[in-house]
Amino acid sequence: MWDWEFTISILPLLLEGLKITLIATFLAFGFAVVVGLLLAIASRSSVKILSLPVKAFIEFVRSTPLLAQLFFIFYVFPKFGLVLTPLVAGVLGLGLHYSTYLSEVYRSGIDSIPRGQWEAAKALNFSKARTWISIIIPQAVPPIIPVMGNYLIGMFKDTPLLSAITLVEVLQTAKIIGAQSFRYLEPITMVGVIFLILSYVSSLGVRWLELRLNQR
Amino acid sequence: MPFLLKGVVVTIELTVMAAILAFIMAFIAGFARLSKFAIVRGITQIYVEIFRGTSLLVQLFWVYFVLPFFGIELSAMMTGVLVLGLNYGAYASEVIRSSILAIPKGQTEAGIALNMSPSLIMKRIILPQAMLIMLPPLGNYLIELIKSTALVSLITLHDLMFCGTMINNVTMRTIEVYSLVLIIYFLLAYPLTLAIRRLEKRLSAGRL
Amino acid sequence: MSEIVTETSNNGIQNFEPIVRYQKVSKSFGDTEVIKELDLDVAPAEKIGIIGPSGSGKTTLIRMLMTLEKPTSGTIEVDGELLWHKRVNGNLVPADEKHLRKVRSKVGMIFQQFNLFPHMTMLRNVTEAPIHVLGLSREEAEERAITMLEKVGLKDKLDQYPRQLSGGQQQRVAIARALVMNPKIMLFDEVTSALDPELVEEVLAVIKEIALEGNMTMLLVTHEMQFAREIADRIVFINGGTIIEQGPPEEIFENPKHERTQNFLRRFNKKN
Repeated sequence: MWDWEFTISILPLLLEGLKITLIATFLAFGFAVVVGLLLAIASRSSVKILSLPVKAFIEFVRSTPLLAQLFFIFYVFPKFGLVLTPLVAGVLGLGLHYSTYLSEVYRSGIDSIPRGQWEAAKALNFSKARTWISIIIPQAVPPIIPVMGNYLIGMFKDTPLLSAITLVEVLQTAKIIGAQSFRYLEPITMVGVIFLILSYVSSLGVRWLELRLNQR
Repeated sequence: MPFLLKGVVVTIELTVMAAILAFIMAFIAGFARLSKFAIVRGITQIYVEIFRGTSLLVQLFWVYFVLPFFGIELSAMMTGVLVLGLNYGAYASEVIRSSILAIPKGQTEAGIALNMSPSLIMKRIILPQAMLIMLPPLGNYLIELIKSTALVSLITLHDLMFCGTMINNVTMRTIEVYSLVLIIYFLLAYPLTLAIRRLEKRLSAGRL
Repeated sequence: MSEIVTETSNNGIQNFEPIVRYQKVSKSFGDTEVIKELDLDVAPAEKIGIIGPSGSGKTTLIRMLMTLEKPTSGTIEVDGELLWHKRVNGNLVPADEKHLRKVRSKVGMIFQQFNLFPHMTMLRNVTEAPIHVLGLSREEAEERAITMLEKVGLKDKLDQYPRQLSGGQQQRVAIARALVMNPKIMLFDEVTSALDPELVEEVLAVIKEIALEGNMTMLLVTHEMQFAREIADRIVFINGGTIIEQGPPEEIFENPKHERTQNFLRRFNKKN
């Protein structure tokens, strides 16, 4: 039933697709790490015109499916003159979706910093920006790195959704192979195996990180 | 619009059925991971790792496209319920397991001291307490599940997402259609979010 | 200097240009009023010991001066400038961040819990503000920082992190960190309360040294009565959010006029 020769012959193609998957994952993660922090800071602002829309945005994005957001970005944005390639739209959608999750993670990290740190910064007359850069972020981020790692794995597992907006990543590659050869068994199973191996190994990495952080 | 509402009905049906399956699976797997038999724990562990480690969409495709090769042909709806249920069951089993472990040992010991049988202790003492702990995280998974149902549109199930795409293809009113789809999903998921937050507040205030 | 102050507090005539002036300052947290229409003038270079039972509002008093709490009503002036307000066409309007930062640069504070930055070495704890707030070069900031750390007796701990030091050492670094900013007014908020008894002395010695240099205005909220007596020009006894009694240390400690001051000191002496 299982054809090993066929499996090996399609492997290079699948790895090519995997490359796109990984590129999309890391680009979107980088985007989410930066935007998530900005959202977290903005949602704490005492300026209500800034914090309220940001909070509403976070709630909305978290309460709607990533797939619907991807379609929105890929098909609606061009109506406003913003035509995006599948990769850019995918990175934007995936990154934006997860930035709202990461903003919550940042928030928990920021909330765990004692009030005295903010007060000391004020007593030394730090500007707001300097307080964030020198005092708050360096203390808030290290404890949340494992959680961010788990979200990175989560994003990796969500990248197959980008196939729906025609990005030829690993799952789409498998589907194309399947459609051409009429054999879905090997390509899709192999995609599953690839995901299983990569996410299992990375989850071990995250656990190792957690242990190291706890030791400190 | 009526077409879209038909999609909403499918999305809700799918969510409810998948949630029930997920709940059952989570309980079975959650308890199995606490089993004293290593083989039971091992098999459960494999189930959990496979469903957590591979992507949900890959699982949907596998069941929908690959299983027919083995002579098992499932409808899109069946596939959706099965895969979403098994997938979220695997995630939620961890919630069940940790909630049961979170109940202090003294509770079990008190049950033993009252000469209760192990199953009675579980049913009357441990579970009622663990249920409260597991409610908020299970609720959060339910919200994630609602959002994930959109994926079944990619295996041609006529859910909200699929109907939205169909309407878009026919009417070309892209902005309205996709905005409406987003808003409907929001209206489905957000009340649940608010309910869980209220529940969490009441729980942490010790009023339940 | 201490002459003028003694005179002032004795007869209540204010014949100095105050560096700090509280006028009808009130502060409420929710429904509880912790400071009630309090007036206080502080002379340049004056050392004021603020004493009182816990919950009397003495910490809130100096926290408002550091802009950590906002007064509910009243005004505070620092070095001739309003702290929480700006005068625009003769009207008082709430101060903006720029104004706050300008006035704040004249004030420094030492906290009960030290509040050192745990992710920075001692040296960086002290240099961070001079570099990023005063705009000094790294070399210049480090030079100044080392001088200050030397002054508090911790020159050999430059590369250590706060958690590697004792509470007394941490508090001394916190003092160096505040000193390096060269504020005109320094606030001390129960700086020895979080310390083990055997570490109190080393911190007090450092503060005493700074006090003896003379030119810095100091407001010390403290439970160390003996210490307050030694270094303060004036003792202010606060209870229930108002100043009950103030005067030279000998007068307050030897011969308190007000009954509540007497009760407080008696209870305090009994405890120790």
